Amino acid sequence: MRARTRTGRRKVVVLAAVASLGAGLLAGCAEDSGGGSSNSDGGDGGSGKTTLSIGTFGVFGYKQAGLYDEYMKLNPDVSIKENVTTRTDVYWPKTLTRLQAGAGTDDIQAIEIMNVTEAVETQADKFVDLGKEVDKSQWLDWKNAQATTKDGKQIGLGTDVGPMAICYRKDLFEKAGLETDRTKLAEQWKGDWGKYVDLGKQYMEKAPRGTKFVDSASSVYNAALGGEPERYYETDGTVIWDKSDSVKKAWDVAMEVATSDMSAKLKQFDKPWDQGYSNGTFATVACPAWMIGYIQEKSGASGKGKWDVAAAPTAANWGGAFLGVPTASKNQKEAVKLAKWLTAPEQQAKVFAKQASFPSTPSAYADLKPAAATSAYFSNAPITEIFSKSAETIPSQYFGIKDQPINTALTDIGILQVEQKGKSPEEGWDAATKEIKDVLGQ
Amino acid sequence: MKASPYAFISPFFIFFGAFSLVPLLYTAWYSLHNVQLSDLDNQTWAGLDNYQNLLSSDFFWNSLWVTLVIGVISTVPQLIMAIGLAHLLNYKLRGSTVWRVVMLTPYATSVAAATLVFVLLYSWDGGMINWLLDFVGVDPINWRESDWGSKFAVSTIVIWRWTGYNALIYLAAMQAIPADLYESASLDGANRWQQFRHVTVPQLRPTILFTVVVSTIGATQLFGEPLLFGGVSGSKGGSGHDYQTLGLYMYDQGWVIGNLGKASAIAWSMFLILLLIAVINLLVSRRLRKSQ
Repeated sequence: MRARTRTGRRKVVVLAAVASLGAGLLAGCAEDSGGGSSNSDGGDGGSGKTTLSIGTFGVFGYKQAGLYDEYMKLNPDVSIKENVTTRTDVYWPKTLTRLQAGAGTDDIQAIEIMNVTEAVETQADKFVDLGKEVDKSQWLDWKNAQATTKDGKQIGLGTDVGPMAICYRKDLFEKAGLETDRTKLAEQWKGDWGKYVDLGKQYMEKAPRGTKFVDSASSVYNAALGGEPERYYETDGTVIWDKSDSVKKAWDVAMEVATSDMSAKLKQFDKPWDQGYSNGTFATVACPAWMIGYIQEKSGASGKGKWDVAAAPTAANWGGAFLGVPTASKNQKEAVKLAKWLTAPEQQAKVFAKQASFPSTPSAYADLKPAAATSAYFSNAPITEIFSKSAETIPSQYFGIKDQPINTALTDIGILQVEQKGKSPEEGWDAATKEIKDVLGQ
Repeated sequence: MKASPYAFISPFFIFFGAFSLVPLLYTAWYSLHNVQLSDLDNQTWAGLDNYQNLLSSDFFWNSLWVTLVIGVISTVPQLIMAIGLAHLLNYKLRGSTVWRVVMLTPYATSVAAATLVFVLLYSWDGGMINWLLDFVGVDPINWRESDWGSKFAVSTIVIWRWTGYNALIYLAAMQAIPADLYESASLDGANRWQQFRHVTVPQLRPTILFTVVVSTIGATQLFGEPLLFGGVSGSKGGSGHDYQTLGLYMYDQGWVIGNLGKASAIAWSMFLILLLIAVINLLVSRRLRKSQ
């Protein structure tokens, strides 16, 4: 390359190049985050049919459980198209902008529990009031409450909930000389995550080589907080994260884990976490119902019959979602019908049978049956009993608008610094505080 | 007749206007407002608040520092190695096309794929690099959560991806250097190293400047590698923000936290930094030309 062009033109070219690169960055970044979006066609969209699109994230299991096909068989004039975005952190910003533009939304949009308050408080007018369309008493009260505005409009119907239990490796417990019976274990730590941590200390005294008691301090924090009456906000929207006893209690338990040797120091849903399952490097994990299938998949054949499930110290919820119908939908009536059908107890039970997503409709609990393979994998633990008992006693928690970023600051900044960078609990708390101030723009 | 050249280049400018210039200006407008992702229509005028907020934010200065450090420790070794490789490739080699294609393969790999492989290599527990370090008696390093370790790790991904690309650019420039310069140099008794220093490098000066500018722009916008390297909540760049570049900070503010006004201010700050780099480049290249 011989740069012998005239300076003036060169200047323009350089500036244009810089400008376009800069602007390309501004415009294109949302796409760079590695979250792929894919269409999975449920039907051929033939002529004369109403095509309903449903926007979901992760794996909802409707397609896997054959629900779309079933619905299309029942309603031959409807065809369903699911638009799946793998990651919630990509799905939600995209959905938010589309809702506000009043264009580009699907006929049904799924809403994750962490985002539901934001949807209720800022997007309520963009959703159809589904409360009027159904018999609300079918759902758990706290589930309905989370999707309902102050003036009683319900923007979404509950899909699954995430009641928690403790999944533990019976074989490792035995080697460490601990109790292995699920009922007795549940009795030992009942009502207090501190007792669970105490058991961890006991485990570490005789821990089998290369194993730890729990996957991470953050998972204990999330589980402990999930069983508390409060989170980061008062129900009137005031932020109380730094004053809340609930948060403090969960934080202290997490700190005990982080400063001891009992954590495998993994980040959940990270590759090394998956490897931890297959190598059996941690003995317990707080597991919401939907994680059952995940554990089974990641632990693989080597974990079969070694895992067991016991009731958690406190009844807590982690995860779950809602289906809402945007007012921008051109097929509102049909969409509402489909959303109602998909969230009805019978259909929720079918999804449970397929991938253990736990129904938010108690009437389905009586005859819930996990897949035979799943039962065998988890030592024939009475999974449905444990989870349904938990589901019915979960405290009704209020999720604030910035719940998710506040939670991330506490777990992925605060707790992680203590656990992995060897900072003191005070330093971790201060780092999280600084982060949250930035989040809240204080 | 005179209009046709403009007609031919117009598609670029139309697209540039629609998809770059308009968003660019709109971002500037956003950066002067308080805008939340969940409430786009409700914008309140903030003046320069967002910018002031940035100037007083430790996170902003940290990300600027991180961007600079990773930029330097990835660009400098990368370009030096690229020149060296280009010099070697410039000899008459058997199967030279094969070597050149091989050089370009990392560049053709997607950021995501490359980064995921590096994440596995740098894995704390059971990663290959810690395993190798173990042989030399070094304790395993928690690459993701160590201040300099993580910066180093991210830089290696960048170096791996871009060295071959730059080497090919240098190679092309080297092949344009007239052979008689080398002939007369060797007649004067210059060995290969002296030829490289006194013939090749001076002749490559404009190309080097070009690659420095392109790499600097790339380094300023570094985004995909650190994001994916961080895994879950990677936009924080580690619990200590050790590899939160400007690009990640902007993404974190805009799409994770939902503060679009501030994210736009970060975007514009980055743009201004790039303009500054372009101006410095102009001045340096002008000086270089004069000195020749």
